Amino acid sequence: MDTIVRIPAALRTLTGGADEVTAAGATVGDVIEDLDKRHPGLKDRLLDEKGVRRFINIYVGEEDVRFTGGLATELKAGDQLSIIPAIAGG
Amino acid sequence: MSGWLRARRIESVVEAVGDTPLLRLRNVTKRASDVPVYAKLEFENPGGSVKDRAALRMIQDAQKDGRLTRDKILIDSTSGNTGVAYSLFGAALGIKVRLVMPSNVSKARKDIARAFGTEIVYSDPLEGSDGAIRLAKKIVDEDPGRYFYPDQYANPSNPLAHYHGTGPEILRDLGDRITHFVAGLGTSGTMMGTARRLKEHHRAIRCVAVEPDSALHGLEGLKHMASSLVPPIYDPRAHDEVFPVSTEDGWDMADRVAREEGLHVGHSSGANLFAAVRIAEELQAEGKPGCVVGIVCDRGDRYFSPLRWEKKYVW
Repeated sequence: MDTIVRIPAALRTLTGGADEVTAAGATVGDVIEDLDKRHPGLKDRLLDEKGVRRFINIYVGEEDVRFTGGLATELKAGDQLSIIPAIAGG
Repeated sequence: MSGWLRARRIESVVEAVGDTPLLRLRNVTKRASDVPVYAKLEFENPGGSVKDRAALRMIQDAQKDGRLTRDKILIDSTSGNTGVAYSLFGAALGIKVRLVMPSNVSKARKDIARAFGTEIVYSDPLEGSDGAIRLAKKIVDEDPGRYFYPDQYANPSNPLAHYHGTGPEILRDLGDRITHFVAGLGTSGTMMGTARRLKEHHRAIRCVAVEPDSALHGLEGLKHMASSLVPPIYDPRAHDEVFPVSTEDGWDMADRVAREEGLHVGHSSGANLFAAVRIAEELQAEGKPGCVVGIVCDRGDRYFSPLRWEKKYVW
């Protein structure tokens, strides 16, 4: 199952400039693993040894995965994943 | 201690801008006991951040030369603190203010800007601060006669506020002792203006620019220059060195100065103080004398939400 993932401007150097990419997986963690295969380096930017980095929010639809089971959050067909920096910068 | 002599009876909130204290850090600097580290407490400005200086100067210069008249709306893109400053001075001076900010700016700062009667226009959080800059420009281009667009990234009044304010204050308070000055790069106004003034001093003062170590970071207010729209006021020759700091190091230092110094600062200030303490430790280790000044841009309470306290929040 392919999930659409929205990529923030700060990470688009890793996706060839694309603001939306697709990746496959049953959970948020699986999708990030697959994302990293397709766009090497992404996983490292999003996760550290403890899970999602403190200053990054990952949303499934409107829900922050921090409150829905983290990387184990299951995805349904049609779910959209958004990677949103916790802050705005600049 | 010139601070003691400062008149505290003032006629307008704009007179409360600047002349901020320098606080010597005593506890996070244990490994650099012979190299004093001072934090310049910019949260003492009436809007609570270093941005008051640039915002006020941009408004006053524009009023003087007629770019800002009573019939115009002040519009700019801002990640928050500049917006608070515009809002505050707008309210005090009778200027309408409209701000463009990415919707993931902390709720606290949206609320503060609104409290002064400011209108907020949201830009796409995925596009970051550059998206806000582009949207502000678009709005102005559609009806240029209606707006005064200070454009903090390109406005020479921004660094000038620091050339005439921050720089001379530091020299007045520390005289010949200062050897290093540390400030983060956002619009770069603080570093550009202060460094230019410090470079005129008869003895060399090393100016160190703090930058996030990667494009995707959590040091709100700072810019990773290599991956950003470079501000027209930025000149990399103004400082001597760029010091990359990771989000984690910046955040951890912000926590440390709260617990060990009683100083609750924002993340960009944490990054600045991390670099300042590291520089002092290196001087100490090499047996060299020194005196380091780091900019504390704002207080940490501006960042409570949505990062830590709120489970649910509206983008």
